[in-house]
Amino acid sequence: MRSYIIRRILQMIPLLIGISIVNFTIMHLAPGDPVDLLVERNATAEERARIKELYGLNDPLPVQYFRWLGHVLKGDFGKSFVDGQSVSKTILERLPYTLYLNFLIMVVIYLIAVPVGIISALKQYSKFDHIMTTLAFLGQAIPSFWIGLILIYFFGLKLDWLPISGVGTIGLSVKTAGFWATFADRAAHVVMPVAVVAFGSLTGVARYMRSSMLEVIRQDYVRTARAKGLPEKVVIVKHALRNALLPIVTLLGSELPLLFGGMVVIESIFSWPGIGLLSIRAILQRDYQIVMAINMMGAVLMVLGNFLADLLYVVVDPRIKYS
Amino acid sequence: MIQMEQKKVLLRESFGGDALTPEPESYGKMVWRRFRKHKLAMAGLYILIFMYALAIFAPVIATQSYEAVDPPNKLKAPSREHLMGTDHIGRDVFSRVIWGSRISLSVGFVAAAVAVGLGVLIGSTAAYFGGRVDDILMRFTEIVMAFPTFFLLLTIVFIVERSIFNIMLVIGFTSWPSLARMVRGQILSLREQEFTEAARALGATDARIIFRHILPNAMAPVIVSTTMRIGGAILSESSLSFLGLGVPEPYPSWGSILNAGRTYLLQAPWITTFPGIFIFLTVLAFNYVGDGLRDALDPRLKD
Repeated sequence: MRSYIIRRILQMIPLLIGISIVNFTIMHLAPGDPVDLLVERNATAEERARIKELYGLNDPLPVQYFRWLGHVLKGDFGKSFVDGQSVSKTILERLPYTLYLNFLIMVVIYLIAVPVGIISALKQYSKFDHIMTTLAFLGQAIPSFWIGLILIYFFGLKLDWLPISGVGTIGLSVKTAGFWATFADRAAHVVMPVAVVAFGSLTGVARYMRSSMLEVIRQDYVRTARAKGLPEKVVIVKHALRNALLPIVTLLGSELPLLFGGMVVIESIFSWPGIGLLSIRAILQRDYQIVMAINMMGAVLMVLGNFLADLLYVVVDPRIKYS
Repeated sequence: MIQMEQKKVLLRESFGGDALTPEPESYGKMVWRRFRKHKLAMAGLYILIFMYALAIFAPVIATQSYEAVDPPNKLKAPSREHLMGTDHIGRDVFSRVIWGSRISLSVGFVAAAVAVGLGVLIGSTAAYFGGRVDDILMRFTEIVMAFPTFFLLLTIVFIVERSIFNIMLVIGFTSWPSLARMVRGQILSLREQEFTEAARALGATDARIIFRHILPNAMAPVIVSTTMRIGGAILSESSLSFLGLGVPEPYPSWGSILNAGRTYLLQAPWITTFPGIFIFLTVLAFNYVGDGLRDALDPRLKD
């Protein structure tokens, strides 16, 4: 097991180096001089040259790359060209909001999708199964921002039941309003964003669960369990379900980074102050450092997610060898 | 060709004539017969034909200008004059949606074509040459795959000049990796199958094996995934345009119309309703057609 993990980690290194090179290259293909962001509009040529020198923008690209990489390895993504703030600090301020939203979305998705997938599989081709299949197609085709706008229109504006933006009412905290009022306020803010993303991804996970379950209940050992005269409930829960859940566990690893990418649209609709909103702002303001940092973080998350998925698979499925 | 046909006829007659061995059904006919049975896929096909007809005949259908501004008539509800109402600067939403179908559909189509072209090229090159070439290409594919697609898309959109053509290319360039992997996997597994071995044993040349046995079998999943990918590309484009980073004004795309209507949700919900329905129906139709094609093209599913 240990040698497997070590080998996998070693394999990730060239991948991560490749990612950093691609990321760095893309950003430096960008037209326009980053100096323009750093100097006053009517700066003289000398001033520009001095700033360029100061930020090391005159060095050859490989030199700039290694300097950047060196800092990144120490967790330092440099300073924003726009507001001079530390990029790492800006991102760390935003990250909890995105993680909080992501966590809730994952919980909702799995709590609903797993039972739905199981029922669909056990009652294959039933009315329930057909409705779920249709919903899966709808969920994939409906743009999340459109659903978001529809929800905002009905529940936020027409009925005025739910707040339409932000994480919570400004000024409202446990200190000023007590725990339950704050809890209700935060919950009301999070309902719509969670519902929108969960609806889009839930159906995919449910389909996955369904096919996994279908595959398992056709296996010989399930038939054997039935033939032994075990009650159907025991057969399903003890024999089939445990094995059918294996692939779902690994989905967790790969789903998280995917959700991360989808945050851009959702945070923009609900003005959720997370990484997604930050990335849009950074892109519109041409804030190279932040865009590079977010891209790098997303890619690292993806690689780690896949690694985690593989590890989980080995942990939960004894048939898989570590080789 | 004619000689071939004659030969076939002769051959058939010498084996007992037409009555006993009817001409075998062509592959295309078989696929179509099986596809027709999938009701939802047929419905999807009709929707797509309808959408493309709208796009092609846009000048005839949407007689009003999609960019003519008419401030006194802004945010007007749907009426006989403006079938889908007007937007915040008085442009006719119906015309914008119809003309927008041209842009959204062609972006989807070209982007998917770019992605599939690159995916098939890289995947089959890797599978065919194997060894180092395979290693390098697949590592590169993994690197591109590691970036969350939408972030990558945003980053590149930010770098290139925003034009309809560039948006098409960028969506294509960011969505090929999974296809490359699929094509490579297909070819690698087909290469080892018995029918390939049989063909080789019968003395078929490499070219014949590749073009006659491997590629046709590898194409089925590619066709299915292309269909679904067009839908996906339309979604990507509309997401970008919705964020204001897609097709530049004044060109209408379904996503950019939605973006414009976002601020006027309460006063003018029609601006967001109609383009949303169009995106939804089109993507749904592509997905159903893809699903139908998957069933129809799969040689293992007997009817």
